[in-house]
Amino acid sequence: MEGADGAPQGRQAGYAGGVKPAPFTYHRPETLAEAAEMAASLENARLLSGGQSLMPMMNLRYVAVDHLIDLNPVAELAGITIDGGRVSIGAMTRQRAVLEDETLARCCPVMREALGFVGHVQTRNRGTVGGSLAHLDPAAELPGLAALLDAGITLRSRDGDRTVAMADFPRGYMTPDIREGEVLTSLAFNAWPDGHGWDFREFARRHGDFAMAGAASLILLDRDGRIARAAVVLIGIDDGPVRLSDVERMLTGETPSDDLFRAAAALAADRPMAADALVTETYRRHLAGVLARRSLAVACARAANGGGHA
Amino acid sequence: MPDAPPKRKITLTVNGREYTAEAEDRYSLADFLRHALGLTGTHLGCEHGVCGACTVLVDGEAVRGCLMLAVQAEGCQVTTVEGLANADGSLSPLQQAFMDHHGLQCGFCTPGILTTLTAYLRDRPNADEAELREALSGNICRCTGYDTIVRAALAAAGAMREGGQP
Repeated sequence: MEGADGAPQGRQAGYAGGVKPAPFTYHRPETLAEAAEMAASLENARLLSGGQSLMPMMNLRYVAVDHLIDLNPVAELAGITIDGGRVSIGAMTRQRAVLEDETLARCCPVMREALGFVGHVQTRNRGTVGGSLAHLDPAAELPGLAALLDAGITLRSRDGDRTVAMADFPRGYMTPDIREGEVLTSLAFNAWPDGHGWDFREFARRHGDFAMAGAASLILLDRDGRIARAAVVLIGIDDGPVRLSDVERMLTGETPSDDLFRAAAALAADRPMAADALVTETYRRHLAGVLARRSLAVACARAANGGGHA
Repeated sequence: MPDAPPKRKITLTVNGREYTAEAEDRYSLADFLRHALGLTGTHLGCEHGVCGACTVLVDGEAVRGCLMLAVQAEGCQVTTVEGLANADGSLSPLQQAFMDHHGLQCGFCTPGILTTLTAYLRDRPNADEAELREALSGNICRCTGYDTIVRAALAAAGAMREGGQP
């Protein structure tokens, strides 16, 4: 046994004590093509991105795999590209990089506001955009953003690329539309025009926890101050993010007012809500309404202020 | 009993010194540091990424040692709490501030908090109290009530602005 020289005697003997995941074989592809080939050919394999959700599940043995394919060495999967109004974020882009990207913060400020709610500084240093989308926690911020921005999610397999609209991506509780042998490669969307208003907020018992509910909005006003375009999303209330097209229709063409926000919030909350051990359906509905109302008020105020902070 | 899973050799630099040791693919970086390298300053609390006790710096950035595999740290520069003191063995300004301001009681969470703050104050030496509290939100302490930790961090930030290292 090759221990580190200087390690206390006998350490190696107790080495297995702390191990949590079931045994697996680790694979380290260097290119996307190699990763896709492994994903297609290895039995009972999982892709490892930032590991901030998959590793806890493996440590707790909710998940046991035979092969773990580490996407961290695949450099081509990381990075943010902004070309005109088109934004593309590579799957292995760290959440911290999204939070700190100045160009993205200017053309899509809701991203920075939302990323501040994603975990903690240590988890954002590792956690990735693609990992969050693939994990698809019902309360996760990044799937909510993808729904808000009408994003497309691109997947690579041996057979080529396939792009899925975020609206169709969740297939059920924590079940994304990712087929056997596919690797999630990017998230892409069109930025909203300059001057749009935005808001992202959520309610959690402690900052950084998964939210009991969250709301996000984008608002574009016309020259007369009426709502020309609206996007509203709730997170944490169902299996995936819920885009509120009925609320968006109600808002479009209207002049922002407290009465309008109250009516929109009532409509936002008028839908089935998940219940769990900590949050009843009634309480979650109350939270959703309050969060939607406040979110719309702030997004409209920012839009009225020309896209600056109100 | 099935055979023990195979191990592979991992070489990495910890606190400026190169180490090579063997580990199964499934060993976390934190377990590797503690059990293969004998660097027991890194503590493991929850082992699922919530408590922050196992935080170490990998290539300069604070990460959860329980959520990264040892094999992923191949070739990396790792800093643990053992690597924070000055070369002459005296405490870093951050460590000294924790002593001066009673920033620890039992000390279990302290390694993770010190590594987290070392990276944070390096990047943001002008951090205010609200920012420091946010930066510390991923580290759980059951003794201090956090106030003395925040006080120590603010004092360390002040010492750094006067030209010290974190």
